[in-house]
Amino acid sequence: MTDTLHGTSKLPVPTTSVAEHWKALPNWARWALMAAAGVLILTIVQSFSGTDLLTTPNASSGMLRWAMPILLAGLGGLFSERVGVINIGLEGMMILGTWCGAIGAFEFGPWGGLICGLIGGALGGLLHAIATVQFGVDHIISGVAINILAPGLARFLSDRFFPQRGGSISQSPRVDGLGTFTVPGLSQLFEKIDGWGIFFLSDMAGLLEGLVTDIRYFTLFGLLLVPASAWLLFRTRLGLRLRICGENPKAGESLGVNIYLHKYLGVVVSGAFAGLAGAFIVIELTGLYRGGQTNGRGFIALAALIFGNWRASGVMVGAMLFGYPFAISLNDFDETGSGVATRALLLVVAIGLAGYAIFAYRKDAAKPGVAAQATGVVGDSATSDKSFMKSPTDSYVSGVAKLGGPNVMLATVLASITFLWYLLTDRAADWVPNTMPYALVLVVLVFASQSLKAPAAAGQAYRRGEA
Amino acid sequence: MNSSLLRRLGLSLAAPALAAAFALLVSSLVLTLSGSSWLDTYSEMISTASKLESMVDILNRATPLFIAGVAVAIGFKMNLFNIGVEGQYILASFMAAWVGSQFNLWGPIHVALILFVAVTVGGLWAGLAGLLKVTRGVNEVISTIMLNFIATGGIIAALLPRAIDDPTDANQGTPLIAESGWMPDLNGLLEIFTREILKGRQLGGMFVIAILLGIGYYVVVNRTRFGFDLRASGMNPFAARAGGVPPKKMVLIAMTASGAMAGLIGMTEILSVNHSYDQGFVKGLGFAGIAVALLGRNSAPGMAVAALLFAFLDTSSAPLQVTGTASPEIVVIMQATILLAAVIAYEVVNRVKQSDEVRRAALATESVAPTDAMSGPDAMSGPDAMSGPDAMSGPDAMSGPDAMSGEVTA
Repeated sequence: MTDTLHGTSKLPVPTTSVAEHWKALPNWARWALMAAAGVLILTIVQSFSGTDLLTTPNASSGMLRWAMPILLAGLGGLFSERVGVINIGLEGMMILGTWCGAIGAFEFGPWGGLICGLIGGALGGLLHAIATVQFGVDHIISGVAINILAPGLARFLSDRFFPQRGGSISQSPRVDGLGTFTVPGLSQLFEKIDGWGIFFLSDMAGLLEGLVTDIRYFTLFGLLLVPASAWLLFRTRLGLRLRICGENPKAGESLGVNIYLHKYLGVVVSGAFAGLAGAFIVIELTGLYRGGQTNGRGFIALAALIFGNWRASGVMVGAMLFGYPFAISLNDFDETGSGVATRALLLVVAIGLAGYAIFAYRKDAAKPGVAAQATGVVGDSATSDKSFMKSPTDSYVSGVAKLGGPNVMLATVLASITFLWYLLTDRAADWVPNTMPYALVLVVLVFASQSLKAPAAAGQAYRRGEA
Repeated sequence: MNSSLLRRLGLSLAAPALAAAFALLVSSLVLTLSGSSWLDTYSEMISTASKLESMVDILNRATPLFIAGVAVAIGFKMNLFNIGVEGQYILASFMAAWVGSQFNLWGPIHVALILFVAVTVGGLWAGLAGLLKVTRGVNEVISTIMLNFIATGGIIAALLPRAIDDPTDANQGTPLIAESGWMPDLNGLLEIFTREILKGRQLGGMFVIAILLGIGYYVVVNRTRFGFDLRASGMNPFAARAGGVPPKKMVLIAMTASGAMAGLIGMTEILSVNHSYDQGFVKGLGFAGIAVALLGRNSAPGMAVAALLFAFLDTSSAPLQVTGTASPEIVVIMQATILLAAVIAYEVVNRVKQSDEVRRAALATESVAPTDAMSGPDAMSGPDAMSGPDAMSGPDAMSGPDAMSGEVTA
């Protein structure tokens, strides 16, 4: 269906040859080129920002490690929202996953931890499913209730189970990870190229080295779940049935799909994924359960889901993007407190925003009606307000407004602010990387909330037999 | 007719009773499984709560919970889900404490200034989410979650080091507010009623403000044009728009008002307890407020009862730990179970009521028009089913979407 839509819209719009080539490329090639462009920007930025942390193996391996809980929980959100149930309770299910993962890993070893975490999260998902699917409780209300329940339950159970196992009410005993492996030839090859110190090439090799050296088996497992989820949801009969629950449950019902069953399945799988994310935190990130260690990652996962436009590959890109600043800050901030590399990230964000501004401008220009309308609206308000719009800021804003629609203006203003911030500081504060994912999501939503496509029936109550 | 009225009344009372019974059952089960005696635990909780000191503790705890409930309920009244109450009150408390510590004014003015800053900051921060919703179509649930993290992890983390006077001080927070900015306690008033001297407890002055807020909320929502517009926009935004209520303006106003109320949540702590904002500032009241609003079904008396219940559970957790009767975390499990059980029970009762309504309408029309009995009267009774029994408590977040879907299908 999307293909025919693209075909019809492509015909009347004259496009340049570059854009045509770009569209002709397969999906993976486009992603690879975009990633390469991203690395190029990182390389250029770090060459004059006095840091070399942005393209080290540590940066990419850290990104992978920090992205994994976000990715797993984000996939959980994907399953839930694809069957039409909004899952604010991801955070709570993740907490259940951390606790169950810790007790499982302590009792039965790391694989046991993985499975217990999965089950713990799935139970949280089942609770959410019973409330939302069976009883039609508002999805967000049920999610909030689970987020209140989970930390209390985890603390209660910790008090009951951990002290006699060498832990305490707020902490479990230490548990082991699943172990790591290194891709034999590639790792040494990339390390060698990284050592040459060639612009861009060595930076790229450095990042790739981090991705093939000391990979955790759990990480590999998590990464494999991305294509597996995409395949299941978008290429199988079961996936179609799951998705119809989120798009048009009444149509599905009339075709004989058991909507309740599939909704249950989606939400329980969602909880299982969130539980896996919790188990990953316990087994691979911290090596023990600690109260409050999920630290809002369930909500970042929700953000990654929206950022990724409710697609598995998009969730992965979002998770990596949100994991990256954490990974950088981990190496960037120590006892002396540096923040130079994080400051360089500000410039990267500014470049990204400026790039978007250009993209939006070109898009508006390609559709003259839209551009005229948009500038007309902004221009009107500017002329009517002229009596008191005299300050330099105002003339700057109205000047930018004449260039394009409100998107272009807003992106330009935000890019300018970020760029000024970069120019006026020597180092970023330690709160910047912690806040960046959330701010990034808001920015993405501000620009793209109209073009993002959530499942049509997500968040709506559905009752059997009402069609 | 009379018996159906009785049935409706019974159904309204059934939901909270069912929820409470279920929560008690679950907590007793959890207590027994974890090796504690449920009877000892409950009697311990009740005997602690019956002391005057504990009652003051409960009132002090219920005050911010009730205000948080009101803040959330304002949004709920028009189907806006302000999850950001948490971030709004923490940010507002920090700003108010910081600004308040910079001045030394005449008492009432000083307190009023702190309250004003808190209300303004809370309102603006929530208003931002409203602005994003009306200008860019950003869902307020997501934007307020993100703004929560930006407020606590970003703005406060950035500004708190600047507010700290003495970096070597053990308590890393804003400077202490001068005594003129402390709110007087209500012990004098309380002692007149109880004829008993309170030992080491103060009933915070915010208690009075919370009561006034509750009354104000009831009057504005149920007895004013604005309240009508608010409820109308929540029940059916299209009809409200056709009736001349500007939807975007209503979203902005409701979000801002909700945030302004949220600003007051932390004032018990700032004006009566700590007189400063530090790392250990009380968190989680915003989410508790969501629970209070849900339990109290957005009505002022209901939320007052819910706030008292949650406060009772909160304050009974410490004695449980001291005596070792049970793990203090049991109260959090009780709170969450009550909440989940209550929302499910309300939903079930709502469905029973709706099917009652449909049946009654069908019965009533069967005698008049035997042909096509379902479609005509059903469409009439759809909205009627909502406004009839719920006229007192008004619409709420749970019945809102249901009412819509009812109309669509009918």
